[in-house]
Amino acid sequence: MLEFMEGSHAVAEIVKRCRPQVIAAYPITPQTHIVEDLAQMVANCEIDAEYITVESEFSALSACLGASAAGSRVYSATTSQGLALMFEVCFNAAGMRQPIVMTIANRSLGAPLSIWNDQQDSISLRDSGWLQFYAEDNQETADLHMIAYKVCEDHDILLPAFVCFDGFILTHTFEPVALPTQEEVDAYLPAFNPYQRLDAANPLSLGMYATPEYYMEFRYEVDRAMQRAKQAFVKAGREFGEQFDRDYSALVEGYRLEDADTALVAMGSICGTAKDAIDEMREHGRKVGLLKIRTYRPFPAPEIADALKGVSTVAVLDKNISLGNGGAVGTEVKAALYGSGISVYDYIIALGGRDVRKRDIAAVVDLAEKGKGDIFYGLRTEVL
Amino acid sequence: MRELRIHGRGGQGSVTAAELIAYAAFEGGVFSQAFPAFGVERRGAPVQAFVRFSDEKIRLRSQIYEPDYIIVQDPTLIGDVDVFNGMKAGGIAIVNTEKSDFDSGVPEGVKVYTIDATTIALEELGVPITNTTLMGAFAAATGEIGLEPLEHALRSRFSGSMADKNVRAAERAYNQIGGAA
Repeated sequence: MLEFMEGSHAVAEIVKRCRPQVIAAYPITPQTHIVEDLAQMVANCEIDAEYITVESEFSALSACLGASAAGSRVYSATTSQGLALMFEVCFNAAGMRQPIVMTIANRSLGAPLSIWNDQQDSISLRDSGWLQFYAEDNQETADLHMIAYKVCEDHDILLPAFVCFDGFILTHTFEPVALPTQEEVDAYLPAFNPYQRLDAANPLSLGMYATPEYYMEFRYEVDRAMQRAKQAFVKAGREFGEQFDRDYSALVEGYRLEDADTALVAMGSICGTAKDAIDEMREHGRKVGLLKIRTYRPFPAPEIADALKGVSTVAVLDKNISLGNGGAVGTEVKAALYGSGISVYDYIIALGGRDVRKRDIAAVVDLAEKGKGDIFYGLRTEVL
Repeated sequence: MRELRIHGRGGQGSVTAAELIAYAAFEGGVFSQAFPAFGVERRGAPVQAFVRFSDEKIRLRSQIYEPDYIIVQDPTLIGDVDVFNGMKAGGIAIVNTEKSDFDSGVPEGVKVYTIDATTIALEELGVPITNTTLMGAFAAATGEIGLEPLEHALRSRFSGSMADKNVRAAERAYNQIGGAA
């Protein structure tokens, strides 16, 4: 049943129904409403969880890491500078193979200070060993949390995950969302069954140091788990579709790609605006489509190559910049399409919350079809 | 799809108005979306909030540049902010003003409904917060939301006598504009 609610509230409600046993988070715009809601739910005994208040994001994720190692299902949420402060703990959580789920309310990074949306924060953690899922709307955001717990806690995976949704654009937007009931969530997501846990009766150590004789093998195992996560996601997404009639079995999702000459590639809420823009362009006879990337890590390179094999031109919309080398998604899409003969252009767009209209999407398509790309789109003229 | 842009000043409840209008529209059976202009919110500074109404699921995420409807909570905004910017021909503007002969910068083809929402809010609520009053005016002027879902939306946000007062303010504006519409 559809209900009308704020995106952040939808996240808090679905997290509650995923039954985390420990929540530790530090409030930061635009993530704040999520953790305020959860703190209230814990205080009201609506959720049987320990809410650990902390003095920083570093402590928040450290508390989650410890609680997860002790055998609890854990949850956190952050954004931007908060995620930056978690940098060290992020790598440790993945290396210690703890299935933590954390919501990222995507926001730009300072300086200059900006509270507005882009995806620089989570993308900057792309090499940390966390799975990264990006949502187009608040329904997908809520649903991906259930899928994330299922994938992360799979004993063949045991990695943490970011569920990313665009700050303000989704976090603060009210729209209809269908939330599964507690019983439905319980049927989909069984109680946490830790692979191992810190236990005084059966001592073990986590995160010890590895000498050069062993370190690489640990990294290899994390990478292997990342690769296996593709199949785990497909399976969890398919099971979700069977139970709830919303199918997330695809790592990438095409929109009107069947006969497209030009394809946009994007992640997150910009996909919705792109779909509306594509419909308008199609009315004018333009053969344009969209490929939405749902899982940025693991990166679905073969799936992207397969989905785009009929197109001649690709325009990647990057809400991030790997300074000195273009957008992160564009760089990886180019690698995925290497040797295909497809012209791939990258567009740095909407950094720091700059609004994207349908006409901007159309303008990017025009640029790509003229062979003009690998640029910042929509810069103020005084810097040119 | 129809689009509403609300102009107000920080503290006047523009974001709440957007949420409650969208909630009432959803209750009335359409898809709706409400979101603020993500500015640096300060009490008294010009702010905007947006609502979309559609018979289909709404995917568009941009701000609203060519609204079908606008609500202007504070007449002192006019001049500082081009509130009518981009309005569609045939659009409807609801302006809070005590001037019944208001015609300041109204584009051709835009129908303006004026209402002294500040006086109504002061009389009903005791504070010059005009958002709920203007919601009643919006409902009557556009027909996008009915009075009953609007009441429901208000009672979902406010409780007790505060709910009654806001409902009364909205009803007064609804009836006043209803006579004019």
